[in-house]
Amino acid sequence: MTTMQVLFLIFAAIILGSAFKVVTTKKMIHAAFWLIVVLFGVAALYAMLNAGFMAMVQVVVYVGAIAILFIFAVMLTRKELLDKGPALNDNKSIAAVLSLLSFGGLYMLLRNWSGFMNMAPALPETDMVEELGTALVTPDMYLLPFEIASVLLLAALIGAVYVANEARSE
Amino acid sequence: MQSPWIYVGIFVLVGMLIPIAAIVIARFLAPRKPNAIKQSTYECGIETVGDSWIQFKAQYYIFALVFLIFDVETVFLFPWAVSLNKLPLFAVFEGIIFILILLAGLIYAWKKDMLEWV
Amino acid sequence: MEFWNDPITTIFNSLLKSFTSGGMSEGLATVLIYLIGILLFVTFAMVLDIFLVWIERKVVARFQDRLGPNRLGPFGIFQPFADIVKLLIKEDITPVGADVIMFNLAPIFSMMSVLLLWAIMPFAPKMVGVDLNVAMLYLVAAGSIGTLSVIMAGWASNNKYATMGAFRTVAQMVSYEIPMVAAILVITVLSGTMGVVGIVEAQEFLPFIFYAPLTAIIFLISAIAELGRSPFDLNEAESEIVAGFHTEYTGMKFGLFYAGELLHSFTFGGFIALLFFGGHRFFGLENLGPIVGALIFIGKALFFYWVIMWVKYTVPRIRIDHMLAFNWKFLTPLAFILLMVTALVGRLLLDSVWLVPALFLSNVFVGWMTVLYLKSHERKTREAEDAKSAVPVAQH
Repeated sequence: MTTMQVLFLIFAAIILGSAFKVVTTKKMIHAAFWLIVVLFGVAALYAMLNAGFMAMVQVVVYVGAIAILFIFAVMLTRKELLDKGPALNDNKSIAAVLSLLSFGGLYMLLRNWSGFMNMAPALPETDMVEELGTALVTPDMYLLPFEIASVLLLAALIGAVYVANEARSE
Repeated sequence: MQSPWIYVGIFVLVGMLIPIAAIVIARFLAPRKPNAIKQSTYECGIETVGDSWIQFKAQYYIFALVFLIFDVETVFLFPWAVSLNKLPLFAVFEGIIFILILLAGLIYAWKKDMLEWV
Repeated sequence: MEFWNDPITTIFNSLLKSFTSGGMSEGLATVLIYLIGILLFVTFAMVLDIFLVWIERKVVARFQDRLGPNRLGPFGIFQPFADIVKLLIKEDITPVGADVIMFNLAPIFSMMSVLLLWAIMPFAPKMVGVDLNVAMLYLVAAGSIGTLSVIMAGWASNNKYATMGAFRTVAQMVSYEIPMVAAILVITVLSGTMGVVGIVEAQEFLPFIFYAPLTAIIFLISAIAELGRSPFDLNEAESEIVAGFHTEYTGMKFGLFYAGELLHSFTFGGFIALLFFGGHRFFGLENLGPIVGALIFIGKALFFYWVIMWVKYTVPRIRIDHMLAFNWKFLTPLAFILLMVTALVGRLLLDSVWLVPALFLSNVFVGWMTVLYLKSHERKTREAEDAKSAVPVAQH
């Protein structure tokens, strides 16, 4: 067991445990904070893969913006901060059996795919932000998705303005 | 495993350790005599009125949303900025188009009075 | 001589030799030495924090034409130690109904977000904590952890004023991140890298303040707003909303918030020195060795910390709707226009000798157009108001 494997197992356990707590915790706000732990765990996994830029983007966008949006949405729309419903429902056993079956099915499917069963190629030594930047603006690489991303963000902004206008005028 | 992120991880651990140490020292040194008056919520010296929930104000959410859009935009702009001086001049105009599209969105939100704090 | 030129590596190598000669593997010894080094570094940051409390109180006293603490020790220099002892022995009150885990985690995260920033501060090119090549994004990420701690503190206090204060603080901190990141993008364009050592090296010819003066002003204003200091401190103003999101905190937890804010201000002073004023450079004096460079860097950071304090004790507080309007309707468009102009001019005149004057003049030009636009906008609003009001203006 190399150190990388041990670290990966620790972070994977943190991510899975926190994801379980997100779904089963009784207070909504705690669910939002467990989600933040999941997002930090994913950022740590990115950092382990030498993708430091992606790790930082994960923290900046997901934790710094999206998680805060979740928290605002939860805090501003709950009249009582405690929820009284049960966290797990009665179909636990059927759900467990179904999830084991789907996991087994996925494993059988992926067993013969080389991308899954072989060792990955060696990780790049340093972070390739410059290559990413070049790829984003070269016309025969990713220029079109880059510009369409800005149009998509514009569409999201206009949609948010529209919905908020309707919500305010009522 | 000579990546610099190991040391960032150690910084995170040590950064959490020092404030925890400060609070633990305080826990040993400070008296602890809780009573109902001391532990009641502070509301400028009078008794609390009503539950502690907040009126829903759309403004908080709208500002966070506009911030999210611009945050994702700046994340896209970072690789562009890093590789700018090594690319042909055309790359500058592509980035400028990107920024202009989003500034148009900001002006739209401005004109629709979304950036007011009423 | 070797030690003078590269202190960190020589200490590291000698410690590594002594550890591995005792029989430890090299990887484990490296991690252990780094752990000890980082502990010492963070302890240095906390001791500096204590002196920052003293500096703050003395400087505010001088601005207000009084003496400040002068009883304990020469010039009152032991006053912060007395403050720490007082904070440690104050009772730790947790309000009823508060969420205990989050109530305790919030000051820890707040202090952690500041200490994380010390990992990328370059005291000298060979004395950086971690030379990340995405250091500028790391800066923004550490800021978002601070934002998270504010929300945790406000919500966990079970106090509606604390929660309201927390929301307003988060709205303000989050809004002012955009012009700050745009200013950082300008610096990234000019230096071609996001890593701090690269930024310091790119300022070999002239510090970036000459390349982008208006961007420096925008970064200064956004940094002051991001820190939550005056004139943007409506959220912890004592007469308005008690103490905002840290109303319910007592003792050392409040001390962590307060000391964290001062250390954060000093760290941002360091970043202004790094991004716009050349980091550790000082007219060639830095070639004497990294330790001299580190002292120059700390001196510059203290100077910009003094500038931030100067703004705080001079200017009155800004109301929240003015604050947010100032950000979204003025700073953000201005910062992005500056980014476009700098990218265009910088790329067109990349290696020519006209780069610095052209960039400086383009900044001046953008500033001048902004002032003209603001004047015409003011004139139009005033004329619209005069036309609307039926009351005649009194004639002299």
